[in-house]
Amino acid sequence: MEEKNRAELDRIKLAAQEDWRKELKKKIPTKERMKIERIKMPEREPEERNQDFFEVNLGLSEEQAMEEARRCLDCPNPQCVLGCPVLIDIPSFIKLIEIGKFREAAKKIKETNSLPAVCGRVCPQELQCEAQCTVFKATGVSVAIGNLERFASDWERKSGLVEIPSIPPPTGKKVAVIGAGPAGLTLAGEMVKMGHQVTIFEALHYPGGVLVYGIPEFRLPKAIVYEEVDYLKRMGVEIITNFIVGKTATIDDLRKDGYDAFFIGSGAGLPMFMEVEGENLNGVYSANEYLTRINLMRGYDFPRYDTPVPRAKRVAVIGGGNVAMDCVRSAKRLGADWACIIYRRSKKEMPARIEEIKHAEEEGIEFIFLTAPVRLIGDEKGWVKEIECIKMELGEPDSSGRRRPIPVKGSEFRISVDLVVNAIGQRPNPLIPLTTQGLEIGKWGEIKVDWKTMATSLPGVYAGGDIVRGGATVILAMGDARVAARAMNDYLMNQS
Amino acid sequence: MYKIIEKRMVVPNIHSMKISAPAVAKKCLPGQFVIVMVDERGERIPLSIADWNREEGLITIVFMEVGSSTRKLAKLKEGDELFALAGPLGSPSEISRWGTVLCIGGCYGIGTIYPISRALKEEGNKVITLLEARSSFLLYWQDKLKLVSDELLLLTRDGTVGLKGHVTTAIKEIIEREKIDRVMVNGCTFLLMVASETTRPFGIKTVVSLNPIMIDGTGMCGVCRVSIAGKTKFACVDGPDFDGHEVDWETLLMRRSAYLKEELESLRFLQCEEIF
Repeated sequence: MEEKNRAELDRIKLAAQEDWRKELKKKIPTKERMKIERIKMPEREPEERNQDFFEVNLGLSEEQAMEEARRCLDCPNPQCVLGCPVLIDIPSFIKLIEIGKFREAAKKIKETNSLPAVCGRVCPQELQCEAQCTVFKATGVSVAIGNLERFASDWERKSGLVEIPSIPPPTGKKVAVIGAGPAGLTLAGEMVKMGHQVTIFEALHYPGGVLVYGIPEFRLPKAIVYEEVDYLKRMGVEIITNFIVGKTATIDDLRKDGYDAFFIGSGAGLPMFMEVEGENLNGVYSANEYLTRINLMRGYDFPRYDTPVPRAKRVAVIGGGNVAMDCVRSAKRLGADWACIIYRRSKKEMPARIEEIKHAEEEGIEFIFLTAPVRLIGDEKGWVKEIECIKMELGEPDSSGRRRPIPVKGSEFRISVDLVVNAIGQRPNPLIPLTTQGLEIGKWGEIKVDWKTMATSLPGVYAGGDIVRGGATVILAMGDARVAARAMNDYLMNQS
Repeated sequence: MYKIIEKRMVVPNIHSMKISAPAVAKKCLPGQFVIVMVDERGERIPLSIADWNREEGLITIVFMEVGSSTRKLAKLKEGDELFALAGPLGSPSEISRWGTVLCIGGCYGIGTIYPISRALKEEGNKVITLLEARSSFLLYWQDKLKLVSDELLLLTRDGTVGLKGHVTTAIKEIIEREKIDRVMVNGCTFLLMVASETTRPFGIKTVVSLNPIMIDGTGMCGVCRVSIAGKTKFACVDGPDFDGHEVDWETLLMRRSAYLKEELESLRFLQCEEIF
């Protein structure tokens, strides 16, 4: 583990030794705490919520949050923190919730996480902090860390008591951030807190990246993203939209304009296609296009908003990740009578979060497993009308550790559809790699970095998130940004 | 930001707009485009850049009023501001010393062929610019184009000015008259297709500026995918210029018309909004 991470962990352990924590811990015996049942996240009824784009989860009440917080054992050696890519002091904020100090809890999270209301909603906690939770290891049901994170940040936002941290005197250093997605926003927050002047350049007309174009309103309301962006602006971060680095200006141009360091967080904006016959038919979308029309352009509100999104009756979404779930659940909300997921492996191998799969199932989504499209068939007007699929069986594990799907000869069959969404993945956006000389690029078009510092092959240029990882998660992008921020600060402060 | 400095209706239904966009004006090259959003509820539409002034930080766009987005754009007045403008996007047109180049512009393409003719002329080519319209009153920018062309030819369907007839006949006549090394075409998809089919038997490389539906314009969504020599390409980043002899026109025309029903619905909605 890195020096600085160890220092942060030591501080977290030390905080658990404060008197109030020790006393609070004694109040309820560990055995009793383990008996408390996990509070179920209140959510809207499936038949109601699959008709609109309002949020599915409703959030915990104050009482529910305090009760859930009692389940946390305040372990002397908290493993949950190690599961968090941004090292949130999880025991501290949960114990603050337990004693009703919600505002302090929110502040505690914000010490290391600039986007808590986002993470509380979209992080795969079950694979991270909650997978390391002692209660989970003992009982199989972890403390609902994610739900509590969401509760604290929502409480703070609704209270109107959001406090701007004090900013140190200016260092005189200028940082350019490329892309206002989770990685870029996190880096901007970290650097501005260290006294640097930060400008984010965003290609689209709103900041937020995948948080606004990709993740649907029913999972992450846009208003929350904009409030978190507003928080960064109030700390002094400048955001320039409609500015495409690589086109409007290159990194070299910006260097000449006086920027001292750069962070590339331009994301995985290059959709992959299946490369099967009929993919250019009308009614066939990349997940990026489908979700951008719906979310960023608010196509679900057409014609009040000008960008149309088709309201199809029978929809098939290809893929098994969170993006696929977002697409298929959106299709249902846009009025599809029947919407299905077509996935080439079995349910067990699906990369989507368990919660997303469960929500999709409740909302009436059909899952067709062990099936892959072979070609798309169109009508005489060029619109997709059928998918020809082939059945698969699972063979030996491949490089990803999952069993490789193998086509079953002669098992072809057809599904009638009027809309198909390709959610099989995306690759790093090539715009910056193509226009930045000397930047080392990997074989998938990803920017190569030193993982200890997120430094690229160019001095003073760092990168993080999907532009280095391909398609990963919001929180991993934010973790990268925190690593990069430290290294960038060292770089800037060692410059003459 | 993105203030409209000058606005003209150059011919019925076609407008030119000078917009303040210093960063774009500084960088743009012939053949590139911008993505424009009229207002917060608007679509992101691609529009080719027809001219620019780097010192004054201005770009000029020329567009035809067809659907609600261009109708809303056309309603803006000098002094108004656009909600969003991003660019310059797309790969610039390939400009080199080919010899004799025939530049063809029709519709809004009369405007957008201008910087291409100009760049080719500056490069030392002999530039023949052919402007095509149904009638004389639909031609514009002849004076501007004359200055950057060795020869400016006008073609109208009704013969009210210049050559009379169809663009295919005119192209053939020019090709038979003198050796043409390259053809560049800007305008509606139909013109691009017809011009490419006319030059194909002569084996003259014909570069067309495609205009499919786009959203982000940076290669992110893939809506602008076109089939070029059997391979899928994104017009926003791989184009918009492609070899017209390699374009799958049928797919392009089909994909361009994907939202005809919605476009009408949107127009009806806009008309209602305008009334109330």
